Amino acid sequence: MVKEIERYGLPIVHMATITTISKSVGANRIVPTVAIPYPVGNPALAEKEEPVREELVERAITALGTEVTEPTIFKAEEI
Amino acid sequence: MSKKKVLYYLNQFFGQIGGEDQAHIPPQIKEEAVGPGTAIVGQIADAAELVATFICGDNYFNENRDAVVKELEAAYEKYQPDLVIAGPAFNAGRYGVACAGVAKFFNEKGVPVVSGMYEENPGLEEARAAAYVVSTGDSAGTMRKAIPPMVKLCQKLLKGETPKPLEDDYFAQGKRLTILVEKDGSERAMEMLLKRLKGEEFTTELPMPVFDVVEPAAAIADLSKATIALVTSGGIVPQGNPDHIQSASAQMWGKYDVSELKELKGTYCTIHGGYDPVYANEWADRVAPLDELKKLEAAGKIGSVYKYFYTTTGTGTSVANSEKFGREIGAELKEAGVDGVILTST
Amino acid sequence: MKLELQNVKITDLEFGPKMDVVGEKLIIDKELLREKLLKVPGVKEIKIDLAKPGEKCRIIPVKDVIEPRVKVEGKGKGFPGVTAEVEPCGDGVVKVLKGAAVVTIGDIVGFQEGVIDMWGEGAKWTPFSKTCNIVVDITPEAGLHPHEHEATCRLVGLRASELIGEAAREAEAQESEVYELEDNHAERKKYPDLPGVVYVEMLISQGLLHDGYAYGVNTSQILPTIIHPNEELDNAIISGNCVAACDKITTYQHQNNKVIKDLFKLHGKEINFLGVILAPEMTTLDGKLRVCDYTAKLCKLLGAEGVIISEEGYGNPDSDLVMICSRCEKMGMKTVLITDECSGWDGMSQPLTDTAAEAVAVISTGNVSHVVELEKADRVLGDSEAIANLAGGWAGAYNPEDGTMKCELNAVIGATSEIGYHNATVELY
Repeated sequence: MVKEIERYGLPIVHMATITTISKSVGANRIVPTVAIPYPVGNPALAEKEEPVREELVERAITALGTEVTEPTIFKAEEI
Repeated sequence: MSKKKVLYYLNQFFGQIGGEDQAHIPPQIKEEAVGPGTAIVGQIADAAELVATFICGDNYFNENRDAVVKELEAAYEKYQPDLVIAGPAFNAGRYGVACAGVAKFFNEKGVPVVSGMYEENPGLEEARAAAYVVSTGDSAGTMRKAIPPMVKLCQKLLKGETPKPLEDDYFAQGKRLTILVEKDGSERAMEMLLKRLKGEEFTTELPMPVFDVVEPAAAIADLSKATIALVTSGGIVPQGNPDHIQSASAQMWGKYDVSELKELKGTYCTIHGGYDPVYANEWADRVAPLDELKKLEAAGKIGSVYKYFYTTTGTGTSVANSEKFGREIGAELKEAGVDGVILTST
Repeated sequence: MKLELQNVKITDLEFGPKMDVVGEKLIIDKELLREKLLKVPGVKEIKIDLAKPGEKCRIIPVKDVIEPRVKVEGKGKGFPGVTAEVEPCGDGVVKVLKGAAVVTIGDIVGFQEGVIDMWGEGAKWTPFSKTCNIVVDITPEAGLHPHEHEATCRLVGLRASELIGEAAREAEAQESEVYELEDNHAERKKYPDLPGVVYVEMLISQGLLHDGYAYGVNTSQILPTIIHPNEELDNAIISGNCVAACDKITTYQHQNNKVIKDLFKLHGKEINFLGVILAPEMTTLDGKLRVCDYTAKLCKLLGAEGVIISEEGYGNPDSDLVMICSRCEKMGMKTVLITDECSGWDGMSQPLTDTAAEAVAVISTGNVSHVVELEKADRVLGDSEAIANLAGGWAGAYNPEDGTMKCELNAVIGATSEIGYHNATVELY
C-alpha cells in the first residue's frame, strides 16, 4: 500500500514495528514503532504512555518534511 | 459428442494476405483454416473443428485497439469458440502484442487461449498471464518445432485437463495453485534437507519474492500548511464494523469521516485477526494515532488532518490486493489535494 | 531419554456407561466428562457430541484439537505445568487413543478459530476429518475477559484429553513407537560421520490467541530454548489457540509433531538429530532480532550442519523465518524452511511479506487464501454463522438458504500446517 500511494508523488511515512519488512518491501520513510498490537502506544507505561506517542507522531511528521533518496529509518534522537 | 469449436487468430503475413505493406488492414474473417492453422487444426480434428480464422494487420491492431475489440466481440458472439489459438508469433513484436491482446480478450470471456512466442517477444509478458504460450524459436523458420507442443496443449485443453508449464513446455502464467500431493510437508522437507547435506541438486517450492522500488516523493516544504491523511492496515473500524471488512485476507478497505472526532478511542475498535486486540480495543489511537495528529493540528504544527481516515486489514492480505487498495486510496488522496500520508501497520 | 508411545487403535466412537475401549470402538462416559469439565474455572455449560469420519457433519468454530492419552510409566502426568505438577516429561510409556481427538468449540473468542468438515470436499483439506472426534462445546460464564475465556477453553480441552485418555490405560495396544535419543556426546560417538541436524520450531508468541506454552510457560516470556524432542511428543508443548486456523499448531500436532517424528526416522541412518529449539515469534523488532540471533547461535553451538525451520502463522513471522535462515546460512549451516504463503485468491500475488537471498530451500504448504467451496452439512456442531467472523471467512460466506459455505483455507484447521502435518503444496502454473 505504501509504495502504491507514493507512486502518486505523495510523501508517505510508514509507521511500523517490523521495520525489516518495511525495508525489504521498499518503503522510503520509516518510523519504527513500539510493538505489533500497539504500534503507537505502550500500555505498560501507564501515564507515561502519552509522551511516547506524541514523540512518535511528531517524528513521523518530521519525516514527511525531510528529503530522502532511499529507504530511510527515522530513529529516536539519542538520549 | 459434438466437436469443440476453435477460432484461430493470425496477422496479415501468416494469414496469407501480404507482408509489411499489408500491415494496415482491418480485421477480416475466413471460415476456413489458413496457414499454420491448417497444420494445427488438422491434428486436433478428432476433437475439434475450426469455425473461423480472424486475420488482422499488425499495425491496424496496435493503432485501433478499440475497433479490433469490437470485431473480436462480434466474432465471439457469432462463433462462441471453446478454444482460441493465436500465432505462433515467434519474435515478431507487433504480432506478439496483438496475440497478447487477443489472449486478454478471450481470457476475460473464460475461453482458453494457446499461443507461441520467442522468449524475448515484447508481447510475452502480457500474453503469458492470459494464455498458454509455448516457447518457440525466434523466426518462422522454426514453425515445424513450434507446432507439436501447441497441438499437445490444445488436446489437453479440449479434454478439460490442466496443463503444467514444465511438462507442456509453455511459459508459466505465474499462478500459484494450491494442490494436494502424496507426501506431506515434513516428508518433503526431509528429502530437501538430505539433498542439501549431500550437495545434490534440489528445487525450492517457493522462490523468494522480488519487490520493486519506488522513487521517494519530495518532502513537504511547509508542514504548517500541509493536509495529512491517516491510513492504517491495523483493521481499525467503527464499532460494529459497518462495512464488514474481513479480519484477514482483506478484499476491501473502508473510509470514515473523522473530521468531528478528537480521537478514535471509544468509537473505534479492531477487527484485525493477526494480533492481540485487547490494547487496540481499549484505545484505537494506539494503532491509528488520530488524537496526536489532531493535537498537532491544534498546535499549528500541521495544517490539517484530512477529513477521512482510511483503513483495512493487513494480515494474510495478498500483496496484489494491498497494491490495489494503495492505488485506490492514493488516487482519492491525490485528488483531494492531500500533501502527505501517515500509514500505520501492525 | 526413551519414550514409548503405545497406540490403541480407534476407528469408532459411542457414548456408554464408562470410559472404555471395546475392539476398536472408544466408549465415552458423557456424564462423567461433562461433570468434570464443568469444574474448570469459568465454565458455565458443557455439551459433548461425537463426529466420525465420513459423516456429513461440520464442526465450527474449532479452537484446538488434542489427542487423548494417558501416561502409564515415567514422570510427568497429563500436561506438566498446566493440568499437572511440573515434572520433566519425555521418558517412559504413554498409551495413546490413536485415531481419536478432542475438538473444542463454543462461543468465538477471536478470529483464529476454524472449521472441520468430516466428509466431502472439506474433509480433503484438514487432517482432522480422519480422526474420530469428541467435540466439546464450551459455554463460558458471562463477563469473562477474552484472555480468561481463552484460558478456560484451553484447559477444558486438555482436561478432556486426560479424562478420555484414561480409557487407554487398560486397553490393548496394537503398535508401539519408540523414540530414543541420548545426550549429544553419546550420539556423536555412535554416529561420528553423520551430519548433525537441529529442528527450529517457531512459535507465535504475540498475545491473546497468539501464544504457545512450554511446560505452562507462555513462550513470549522465553529466549529461544533447547528441548529434547521427546518432551514435545509427551505433552510439554501446548497450543494457545493461536494464529489462523490453517497454520496454527494445534496441541494434537505438537503431540505428533511430524518433523520430529520424521527426523527420528532418519536419525542414526542419514543424520544425527541434535535437538529441538523453540523460537518465539515476538511483536517487537528488538524481540525478533534477539530471538533470531540467539536461535542461530544455539544451532551453531549444538554443532548443526543442517537446520529445519518451521514457521507458525504468516505475515510478520515471515520476517523471523528468513532472518533465522540468513543467520544460519551465513554461519555455514544448510537450512530448509517450511512455510505457507499468502498469494491471494487467484494465486498471482507475492507469497511472503519478507525476503532473503539465503532462503533457497523452502517447502510451501499451500496458499492460505485458496478458496474452497463446502457442501451442505446434515449436522452442524457449533454455529455455521461463525464463519463470517473467522480469518478466512467473510460476511455472506455461509449461505443459510442452501447450507453451503465458501471460505479460504485460512479457516480450515490444519490445512496448510507449517510443521508439515498435511499434504497441501503450491504448484506454479
